[in-house]
Amino acid sequence: MIFDLVDITLLVFLAITALAVIRLDNLFAVVMLLGIFSLISAVLYVNLDAVDVAFTEAAVGAGISTVLMLGTLALTGSMEQKPQRWSPIPLAVVVLTGAALIYGTFDMPNYGDPDAPIHKHVADRYIEKSGEEVGPPNIVTSVLASYRGFDTLGEVVVVFTAGVGVLTLLGHGHLSRRKRHREEDEIEREATELGLDESDIERLEEEDI
Amino acid sequence: MSLFENFVIPGLFNYWVAIFLMMAGFYVVISRGNLVKKIVGLNVFQLSVFLLYISMGKVDGGTAPILAEGITTFSNPLPHVLILTAIVVGVATTALGLALVVRINESFGTIEDMEISELERKMEEQE
Amino acid sequence: MMHRKHILRTVSKILAPFIMLFALYVQFHGDYGPGGGFQAGVIFASVFILYALIYGMDNARRVLPPNVRRVLLGTGVLIYAGTGVVGMLMGGNFLNYSVLLSNPLNGQHLGINVIEFGVGMTVFAAMVSIFFVFAGQDRQ
Repeated sequence: MIFDLVDITLLVFLAITALAVIRLDNLFAVVMLLGIFSLISAVLYVNLDAVDVAFTEAAVGAGISTVLMLGTLALTGSMEQKPQRWSPIPLAVVVLTGAALIYGTFDMPNYGDPDAPIHKHVADRYIEKSGEEVGPPNIVTSVLASYRGFDTLGEVVVVFTAGVGVLTLLGHGHLSRRKRHREEDEIEREATELGLDESDIERLEEEDI
Repeated sequence: MSLFENFVIPGLFNYWVAIFLMMAGFYVVISRGNLVKKIVGLNVFQLSVFLLYISMGKVDGGTAPILAEGITTFSNPLPHVLILTAIVVGVATTALGLALVVRINESFGTIEDMEISELERKMEEQE
Repeated sequence: MMHRKHILRTVSKILAPFIMLFALYVQFHGDYGPGGGFQAGVIFASVFILYALIYGMDNARRVLPPNVRRVLLGTGVLIYAGTGVVGMLMGGNFLNYSVLLSNPLNGQHLGINVIEFGVGMTVFAAMVSIFFVFAGQDRQ
């Protein structure tokens, strides 16, 4: 009974945080609430026996994600504009979808049921054979690195691609490159006004006046 | 009624809260115009999906899936592996989305999508 | 006011090696407890982000130049895929670790450690690169 109480309290906190994220319009507060959301989720994962996932969520979600969003807010504005008219269509769509999903959950096995179909077939084999076939005591690492090694290779390539993508979009010194192009266009315009020809323009651009 | 039987803890309470959080994140994405707030809504949506998967993997009376002396029941390790991958991929896509928002802010000077559509329409009319 | 900056600088300089040590512990004990490549890469990156926040971007760029970051980013993926190819060259399928050493269990252990190291390197380089690019933008 004790563990269920912790579960329910944390879930209620999560719901309240989500409602606050919808209502606030100061973006700094919204980003901080997202960090709190990640941290409460990490505690909840420990309660649900997922220690690896809790570690990753606390490090990545509450750490890196918050830092990147704060970095973005420092470059863009930090207040959100309220919409002029409040339209009921998004609320109707959300309520209908939520009702359909809850209707779908009545078919699911109860939370914590050891006879649920998800625990048969593949997961049973991983738990039983992991000690003899692969070796490490941590079953999650052995599944991640050995049984499902291809997925992890794809994931590393995704992280690599994201790094390359951000470097391309916001790369080192691209702002100064745009300023340089604008200066070159100005030099060309002034030179044609004065009546100079092409070779003079090239010479002026090289001297970087 | 079977509805009341299932609602008492543990039942399906975890899944319903996960669906509520999913809908909250979805509402933020479709009803607010600020691009950074939309990305925050997407993150809330992702976190609620992770909660759904991890709740499905828990076994009553089991422990964390680390082999040790004297423990026979473990929680299912397969959802843990999938969600580990999903968290890292999620932060990668969030970083890329935020980089795009910074570039949009540089080009248009604003991050509200109504104003961006107005500016785009004015630029097309000028051409 | 001046005291606050001295405190931050001193404490961050003292803490940085311990955080790096913890990141390496998480990396190499990933098969005995929770941990592994992803968590270790992120914790190691947080050391450099802390340094950049307190000492400024110019000092941080001197500590970790762009070339080093880009080389680390690619080398991690190369280590991972390279282990798979070595497995193929030694007679097994792609990413089969059992054939790397004479005892299959030792081969699995070696393979898992090597690829987790590659994963940690790539995650570290990606997080640091992304943060430095965001923080190095000129404000408007």
